[in-house]
Amino acid sequence: MVKNITTPLTDELVAGLHAGDSVLISGTIYTGRDLAHKRLVEALTAGKDLPFDLKGAVIYYVGPAPAPPGKPIGSAGPTTSYRMDPYTPLLLEKGLKGMVGKGNRGQSVLDAIKKYKAVYFAAVGGAAALISGSIKAAKVIAYDELGPEAVRELQVENFPAIVVDDIYGEDLYEKGTARYRKE
Amino acid sequence: MKEIPFETVKDTVAKLCMDANFDIGDDIIDALKHAVEIEESPTGKDILKQILENDRISHEEKVAACQDTGFAVFWVEIGSELRISGGELYDAIKQGVVKGYKEGYLRKSIVEDPLRRKNTGDNTPPIIYTDIVPGDKLKITVQPKGGGAENMSEVKMLTPADGAEGFKDFVVDRVRRSKANPCPPVIVGAAIGGTFEKCAMLAKKAQLRKVGSVHPDPFYADMEKELLERINNLGIGPQGLGGRVTALAVFVEAFPCHIATMPCAVNMCCHASRHKTAIL
Ligand code: SF4
Repeated sequence: MVKNITTPLTDELVAGLHAGDSVLISGTIYTGRDLAHKRLVEALTAGKDLPFDLKGAVIYYVGPAPAPPGKPIGSAGPTTSYRMDPYTPLLLEKGLKGMVGKGNRGQSVLDAIKKYKAVYFAAVGGAAALISGSIKAAKVIAYDELGPEAVRELQVENFPAIVVDDIYGEDLYEKGTARYRKE
Repeated sequence: MKEIPFETVKDTVAKLCMDANFDIGDDIIDALKHAVEIEESPTGKDILKQILENDRISHEEKVAACQDTGFAVFWVEIGSELRISGGELYDAIKQGVVKGYKEGYLRKSIVEDPLRRKNTGDNTPPIIYTDIVPGDKLKITVQPKGGGAENMSEVKMLTPADGAEGFKDFVVDRVRRSKANPCPPVIVGAAIGGTFEKCAMLAKKAQLRKVGSVHPDPFYADMEKELLERINNLGIGPQGLGGRVTALAVFVEAFPCHIATMPCAVNMCCHASRHKTAIL
């Protein structure tokens, strides 16, 4: 069964998501990858305002391709998430509720997901042309000079993702791999 | 001596960069279709179908199959009886990359310095490997290489005593530890022999082979089969969410080596394995 969810995410909504659920996300989400994360955390540590409200927010780890004429955005699939791990626990502590990326997270992130009641979604890496169809609008809201790494505000409709890590400590990567392993 | 105009090389390179990113090879599409048939995990099947649909959209709408349009890596064979008129070959390739990545709306993913990390803005410089060959042809292959799979790659200096088992275990273990990160199903480029750097290059070049092709040396053909089976028994599956199909192919390259050494390398590539060739 596919669940339709809308941002910003609430505690209640997150509590209803379980590793393995397929979801379609609609609403506003923000892009951020390596350098943007570094800057967000630097801003937080320095007590400065962030370019967007973290409360209930979803960050999509993506550095999109440039928008061709007539499209809001170019191809936009997920990038590998573990590179954001050093910055993630602080963002979760400050209210971040959802992350969309690909690949396994480190223990500190898994612990913070449980502690601060958040959720980690996987989108299909390399399905960038398909995924960009669910992005209806995009605008750069910070760090424009970082090019593909700038922070963008995206309006998404039925953005396809899969719940990997939930607040109950289940991890679909572990569970799925164990199920099909034949060694 | 044959002359090839600078502009011809530049335009050819620009087109290759775009074609590579818009057109996932038929060999991979066929392998993905077969994977849908044999995948046991429902989530895995679904993901494989999404990838096929993605590759169709990319081809039809001429948009990048993956947003990570990669480091532009080139393998160039230069016939000894040709010269480039009106400029240098390296410049022509570089300018072709600038043009192709601009006109194709491909992502610019290169930073000027690995520590200071300022984007160069035009996806240059490319990485160019050249071979001088007999004849008057210029063969250019582009292999845009994304960062996610590249990060899961490794060179390891095993010793001769480690033998075939050591090499195979190294390859399988590298895939095991990569888990979901290189966007499985993957194409595994593995190499053994040569020197430290030669081995790494061969592992990357191995990915240019057609998925479904058989190694000409039966010894390595058997090894590739065995490795593919072992890797697909890891259970990692499409996108690492569990399943039967972790790799679409394993390609092994071997090269003579020193009596004291046994370099081994694995270069991982995702299902979006892109490469295109032109001969001028
Ligand atoms: S590993 Fe390949 S498919 Fe995945 S994001 Fe990188 S380039 Fe794209």
